[in-house]
Amino acid sequence: MDCLVCHEQSGKYKKFPTACGHPAYEEKKFGGKVFEPVDLNAVAKTVGKPGLQNCGVCHFFGGGGDGVKHGDLDSSLLSADRDLDVHMSKEGANHTCTACHTTINHQMAGRYYTEKAPLEHRMAMPEDYGNRISCESCHGPTPHETMAILDDHTAKVSCQACHIPRYARGGISTLMWWDWSTAGKFTDDGNPIVEKNEGGRPTYHTMKGDMTWAENVVPTYAWYNGGMEYVTMKDTLPKDGSVEINQPLGNYDDPESRIFPFKYYEGRQIYDAGADRLVVSKLFGPKGSGAYWSDYDWQRSVEVGMAESGEEFSGQIGFIDTAMYWPITHMVAPKEDSLQCAACHARDGRLASLPGFYLPGRDRVSWIDTLGWSLFVLSIIGVMIHGLLRVVFRMARSKKQ
Amino acid sequence: MKRTIYMYKGFERIWHWLQAALIILLLLTGFEIHGSYELFGYQGAYVVHIQAAWILLGLLVLALFWHVTTGEWRQYKPTLKNLDKMVRCYMVGIFLDEPRPYTKTPETKLNPLQKLSYLGVLLFILPILIISGLGCYFYNDLQAWGLSVGFGPLAILHTIGAFLMLTFLVIHVYMTTTGHSPLSYTIAMITGREEVPEDNRVC
Repeated sequence: MDCLVCHEQSGKYKKFPTACGHPAYEEKKFGGKVFEPVDLNAVAKTVGKPGLQNCGVCHFFGGGGDGVKHGDLDSSLLSADRDLDVHMSKEGANHTCTACHTTINHQMAGRYYTEKAPLEHRMAMPEDYGNRISCESCHGPTPHETMAILDDHTAKVSCQACHIPRYARGGISTLMWWDWSTAGKFTDDGNPIVEKNEGGRPTYHTMKGDMTWAENVVPTYAWYNGGMEYVTMKDTLPKDGSVEINQPLGNYDDPESRIFPFKYYEGRQIYDAGADRLVVSKLFGPKGSGAYWSDYDWQRSVEVGMAESGEEFSGQIGFIDTAMYWPITHMVAPKEDSLQCAACHARDGRLASLPGFYLPGRDRVSWIDTLGWSLFVLSIIGVMIHGLLRVVFRMARSKKQ
Repeated sequence: MKRTIYMYKGFERIWHWLQAALIILLLLTGFEIHGSYELFGYQGAYVVHIQAAWILLGLLVLALFWHVTTGEWRQYKPTLKNLDKMVRCYMVGIFLDEPRPYTKTPETKLNPLQKLSYLGVLLFILPILIISGLGCYFYNDLQAWGLSVGFGPLAILHTIGAFLMLTFLVIHVYMTTTGHSPLSYTIAMITGREEVPEDNRVC
């Protein structure tokens, strides 16, 4: 972490892709792009408080490109309108990232791999703890003014669940599916293949395989108490050929848990099929090094990658379907665009498969419904028969007379 | 010349029709919240359901007060006497035009079977609906008070109560046609004046 990348305001300080965090100190080329040598003196004179650009230059481009990884963070936030993000847009709150990701001695508030993101219902104001990371920090636990029932939801439903109705809403797609198993195909004359969709995103790339992209994505919802459980290389993978690499922790009965939106990111990747473990594969390096992007040999790539990281490898490779949960917390929509009741309170709504609780509109005890409606229908049939008999007997009597 | 009796006082009639409208509205919106169909939209159904429920609760308190202070509550005092005759009347006598077993007067409006069924609504169906409904509405507070009852059981109980109320409604509406003429009970509940047979006797 250097000072300039967060504090410089010139926009001219760029890190060189393969220089381990360093900028280009002399003119260098990468992938056909020229990196001019940086004037450190001039850049250093522009330092100020970090703006959207400072954070975004890394975090908007995670996963190798604009919006690839997160889905709720991409360069559209630099010029967001209110519809996209009420907090970061100019006509909205005009916040920068550090309005919520407050710092104490350069420790950024946010979630880390080993630490729960703070979800407790804590007000930062008027007593400002300095840590403003959660929605409640500013909005409080009961922020709804029009309907009391909405405040009743906040014990079990995160703000994000309703107020971020979809992610990747800024016109920039995000990666939803990445199939490494199809990588390494070449044209007949040995050239790499790159196929792109109308948005310019690669749907096939020889280096990476097949990819699927999406905009305006409906999140996946899960119980979440701020903690994540990760599958690492130490863990044995399940035998059914698929694994969720991280899982949000929590359930309905846990008072810390709330329903939270996630980007459910799926893929297929190389693994150790003999030991049922995830692997480190070597991707980047010169020809002959075993790097996949030079030699296109998965077996070698895993052998070298595991050896270089000091891990054991059974020697048997395979592909496994993997999925990850990426928490969705940015791109908060205007309140008029937040989800309406029936988005979840419906038989086949957004929470159709969220377990552990009774959701009105979604759930019922089917035999009670069957019995209840039968009772209703039978009572109607019963009174109709009774009424009909009265009419028939009356007609019979009047005929007799 | 028709014979009529002033059967229902003003308060009773207003109470009855307001209660009828509220219960029908509660059933309509309630089964929408339950997910059985779409009518008002979920939010609309919810808002109407809650408001109608509060008004009905207020009305019930008012009706209770009226019945206690006027002594009219005595009309609901249950009796098993002549119950068999009432059952026979509805099952057989009403078809064969047998002599009716019950004398209906403003002081004894409810026959033994009616008393039982209205008491059933009052002491069984309404408490189920009110207790489970309030439980759902104040669910977060229940938790805060340390009452560990699941939301699911409350909602399911409320649904059961609603089905029973719906069935009562069907039978009740049909029963209004069993007076001296098919509409005489309904007209009586609107105008207060009930057309009665010469001998005042009904099912």
